[in-house]
Amino acid sequence: MVDLSKTYDVLVIGGGNAALCAAISARREGASVLVLEAAPKFYRGGNTRHTRNMRCAHDAATDTLTGPYSEEELWTDLLRVTEGHTNEDLARHMIHESKEMLVWIAEQGVRFQPSLGGTLSLGRTNSFFLGGGRAMLNALYKTAESLGIDILYEAPVVDLDIDGATFRAATAEIAGRRNIVRAAALVAACGGFEANIDWLKEYWGPPAENFLIRGTRYNQGSVLKMLTIRGVEQIGDPTQCHAVAIDARAPKYDGGIITRLDCVVFGIVVNKEGKRFYDEGEDVWPKRYAIWGRLVAAQPDQIAYIIFDAPSLKMFMPSCFPAIQAPTLDELAGKFSLDAATLKNTVAEFNAAVRPGTFDHTILDDCRTEDLTPPKSHWARRIETPPFYGYPVRPGITFTYLGTRVNKQARMMMADGREAANMFAAGEIMSGNVLGRGYAAGIGMTIGSVFGRIAGREAARNARN
Amino acid sequence: MHATEALTEADRLMTLCNSCRYCEGICAVFPAMEMRRTFNDADLNYLANLCHSCGACYVDCQFSPPHEFDINVPRTLARVRADSYAAYAWPGALSGLFARNGLTLSIVLALSVAGFIYSLGTSPLFTQPQAGAGAFYRIMPHNVMALVFGIAFLYAVLAIVLGARKFWRETKTTGVAVAAGGLWQAIRDAGSLRYLDGGGAGCTNAEDAPKDMRKHYHHATFYGFLLCFAATCIATAYHYLLGREAPYPWYDAPVLLGTLGGIGLVVGPLGLLIAKAQRAPDLKVERQLGMDAGFTLMLLLTAATGLLLLVLRQTALLNPLLALHLGVVFALFVTLPYSKFVHGIYRFAALVRYAQERRAELH
Repeated sequence: MVDLSKTYDVLVIGGGNAALCAAISARREGASVLVLEAAPKFYRGGNTRHTRNMRCAHDAATDTLTGPYSEEELWTDLLRVTEGHTNEDLARHMIHESKEMLVWIAEQGVRFQPSLGGTLSLGRTNSFFLGGGRAMLNALYKTAESLGIDILYEAPVVDLDIDGATFRAATAEIAGRRNIVRAAALVAACGGFEANIDWLKEYWGPPAENFLIRGTRYNQGSVLKMLTIRGVEQIGDPTQCHAVAIDARAPKYDGGIITRLDCVVFGIVVNKEGKRFYDEGEDVWPKRYAIWGRLVAAQPDQIAYIIFDAPSLKMFMPSCFPAIQAPTLDELAGKFSLDAATLKNTVAEFNAAVRPGTFDHTILDDCRTEDLTPPKSHWARRIETPPFYGYPVRPGITFTYLGTRVNKQARMMMADGREAANMFAAGEIMSGNVLGRGYAAGIGMTIGSVFGRIAGREAARNARN
Repeated sequence: MHATEALTEADRLMTLCNSCRYCEGICAVFPAMEMRRTFNDADLNYLANLCHSCGACYVDCQFSPPHEFDINVPRTLARVRADSYAAYAWPGALSGLFARNGLTLSIVLALSVAGFIYSLGTSPLFTQPQAGAGAFYRIMPHNVMALVFGIAFLYAVLAIVLGARKFWRETKTTGVAVAAGGLWQAIRDAGSLRYLDGGGAGCTNAEDAPKDMRKHYHHATFYGFLLCFAATCIATAYHYLLGREAPYPWYDAPVLLGTLGGIGLVVGPLGLLIAKAQRAPDLKVERQLGMDAGFTLMLLLTAATGLLLLVLRQTALLNPLLALHLGVVFALFVTLPYSKFVHGIYRFAALVRYAQERRAELH
């Protein structure tokens, strides 16, 4: 039984990769640790549930990595995807620490596998968890439990007692009762606010109602908000989130990886008025994957339709729902309640603008349109061979960028410039420090593991002094 | 359209799993799945028999229940697998035996045959005390024994081979390229139960349960079975080639191998039965329990009666024990093609096919 009347050395709020790394690292430093996870046991772990790999620097190939990935190269990649929206000092520190992480995380029971099949392009840079993110979580929880870390599920923190720059206690709601939980140090590792539709509406207005949330409904950002109100400095653009276009038939929450669609580059994308609105062939798909959420969010009713024809059907990874199929564009329009005349006109204009070229979806090929607005710069092929296919898509929100400012110890910084006395943060709640914009596969897990481990260690030391 | 509900569900799951692929490092099922985009009945039967039911993909899955996607691959494939045994059974008319309670059937058969043999042994023809060389065969003459069991054995082999052939041919119709060979790879994969370890993490039962021991129990059972089979073959050779009649002294090969195998066949099946009882509820397939347990129990009874016979062969219990042992062995043989035994045959065939698909993919 968990004894909530005692004062713990370290309280960890959250239950994902960052939280568990923090808890384990604090426990290994000798601290008594309590983990409060808002979600029920099955949904524990926030976005970690849906992850698959982490991006750590390494000097040589390993059993599961095909070659070296230097600190400098990782830094260059981070600089590129964030377009400079990062803190170089902190980012380089994280990248340096990431080298040890591959060993440390394996010591906590996490297993890796070589990248296979559709992920070969990441085989050198990213370490894949055997069985995916939930398997990784299962291993971390098992280790945490064997180390004697107390863990409570369905225990959302509803209030924080913060005195100046010092954490005193948290109030957790457990089985309908409010409990005061005391600890000498706090680690906040409880993610962003991507599942908080009301909060999203503050920046996006009513369209946010139509967003789908790719992770669990428990990423409410309530602790982030409390910390901000209590004087912790914010970092990251509050209006920004990582959003991709996912299948509109996906559930509102937790559709995860299988709702994604990789077929934009093979067809055209029209809005509910049957009109195109952006260059579908602008750049290779992984680079443009994350702009389509925003683009669809800007369309009426936040819905769009990817339209393509028979030759493209098997050129991309399958997804969870089958494509809608019809023998003619007329019928396809009918199935999506689009105006058939407009859709046919859009396709006809597109087809007329397609220039001859040699199709190759693995490179920026020379198949493009001419005199068309917006253009399709690559992979433009006439849509003319029945059956015709379509996928309805909506914005799918992965994570938010707003967070708390931290230093290299993962210690929170107060808005007045002071360091927090005993408060630390790790994972998505502070990812904005190093990832102010964009995304690179696996970087979220690197942030979580590295800063989780640092935060746990520092919190334990802090508690002891 | 699929032939059964289980196949329809398996199709739904494989389509979802194929758009995720997080489990591709765990076992052979998922890489084999990735070679396909659609799944007909033959594909699904093949994938189902490739699955060793380690359970890792269930606890690793972010979409398993209570998630609305409701993905439970091990249980669904176990259902498909059980149905596939009936679908490929020869003759088809007997496929219904899988659905009946195999255990009751096997025991009734074993007792009937035992009773018959025992009544022979107590008839006036065989009233002298039974001990010393050739004692067994005064209860049942060796040639009669060899004939009856030879026919039972040959029938079992024939039925199993015809079932396996049907399965093997169908797996070739799925449109995935195959290369020749793969036999040695499959022997190694099957012999080590390579895919009964969750990709190296160990088998998973319940999330927080201790390490799953099924692999070890299965090894004891399988290799125990092989040792007993070897003992029988050597004894047959002794009899016909060397003219040496059973019973043999304890230090002779048939007794040593048979005893060792017998111990494996007691420990292994007992462990498997206990493991089955303790299996996490989400991974259990209720309707399969009778047939699984039936075969496992028959193996256990074969070994137990055999070992008892060894220990008590100098006593008055020889007669009834020998009759019982022979009855059990007979029932085990004739029910082999309609029991859980066939899982080994189809799984091995699936492993060979998988090895061939991999070879074709790499070239």
